[in-house]
Amino acid sequence: MDDTYSRASAAADPPYLAADYLSTRTRAPSRPLIVIPQTLSEITGPVYGHSDALPSEADLTSGHAGEPLGERIIVKGRVLDEAGRPVPNTLIEIWQCNAAGRYIHVVDQHPAPLDPNFTGAGRCVTDADGGYAFITIKPGAYPWRNHANAWRPAHIHFSLFGPSFLTRLVTQMYFPGDPLFAFDPIFNAVSDANARQRMVCQFDLATTRPEWALGYRFDIVLRGPNATPRDRDHV
Amino acid sequence: MSERTPSQTVGPFLHIGLAPADYNFRVLFGSSLAGPGVAGVPIEIEGAIRDGEGNVLPDALVEIWQADSDGRYPHPADGRPVRSNSFRGFGRAATDAAGQFHFATVKPGAVPAPGGGLQAPHINVGIFARGLLKRLFTRIYFAGEALNAGDPILALVPEDRRHTLMAQPDTTHPGRFRFDIRLQGADETVFFDA
Repeated sequence: MDDTYSRASAAADPPYLAADYLSTRTRAPSRPLIVIPQTLSEITGPVYGHSDALPSEADLTSGHAGEPLGERIIVKGRVLDEAGRPVPNTLIEIWQCNAAGRYIHVVDQHPAPLDPNFTGAGRCVTDADGGYAFITIKPGAYPWRNHANAWRPAHIHFSLFGPSFLTRLVTQMYFPGDPLFAFDPIFNAVSDANARQRMVCQFDLATTRPEWALGYRFDIVLRGPNATPRDRDHV
Repeated sequence: MSERTPSQTVGPFLHIGLAPADYNFRVLFGSSLAGPGVAGVPIEIEGAIRDGEGNVLPDALVEIWQADSDGRYPHPADGRPVRSNSFRGFGRAATDAAGQFHFATVKPGAVPAPGGGLQAPHINVGIFARGLLKRLFTRIYFAGEALNAGDPILALVPEDRRHTLMAQPDTTHPGRFRFDIRLQGADETVFFDA
């Protein structure tokens, strides 16, 4: 059976074992993965409709007694597959720390203030053109204990489904020009410099709303169709 | 052509976005897949996730995707009519402080195999955690299932490792199965690349 989804493009992903990211040393599998065909179990996946996300859940600055502190931003973009086709009606879930670099999470011990007006969780469903938009605040950088004086570049976690179990993606969106890029073993676990740049959003004046919020564009490309000669014959 | 966005780890704070029950954010997916009225044999699956040093992972997320009790997926690529629209086939469970996860679902039916024949009943599993830069993908099969012998995916797994894919019935709790996951080392769970 021909593959439905491309395999070669997986090279863009980081390896399981990235020695500079210490947690991978005990969590990465040591045996080679077993390559299996793409059966009905893999080319299907959870299907969700617009009713699953509420419009208010795309605005992370809402839902609290007041406005969160920090730089209000709009993050907007499209979800595409590798053929450049929009991926409509797919769920995006995001989470992030606050402007001071602190997650609301119980295990975050960074001595930076929590913000009573910010949880840092959002979700939305892409429109017919694969488009999405979130309103949030720019997350701060924060320290972690991977190595001496280790700091994560500012980022927002993104989780996406796409049309099948094989298109599932969890990634992180970074901000342009972050001085911490060179020192971050998670960002640099992606070995290809061009691939790393695909995790960095772009400032966009057209997305920026005057007197209100800076705009950033972030397009996300999910695993796409396998372009076999046989597929092309069918087109 | 567009080029894929690379994967990154969910990190230790994944619960805020993906399992937010403790964070005042509406939970979309839980660990119970089969509500009342869903056809099939109710089952529970529980297990622990351990790393290469034998330590449990208190900060992992397990996602499952499975066919219904007729072996059909509620998805256009399957296309066969399903008996109940209330069974969506997807569940999500974060591990607890002891590294344990738990699902309540129905036993999946046999699924068509490529080129004809059947795949033995199985549940597709994705694992996310701090220290996993991309998802791990495996399958839960059921020990003692007659169709296991002819399953085309199990046939690709060396015989001495197949047991890592077998959920074992809990003899003290009918309908409950145990499926422990070892990320690394001796008895490492078989992970797939599809």
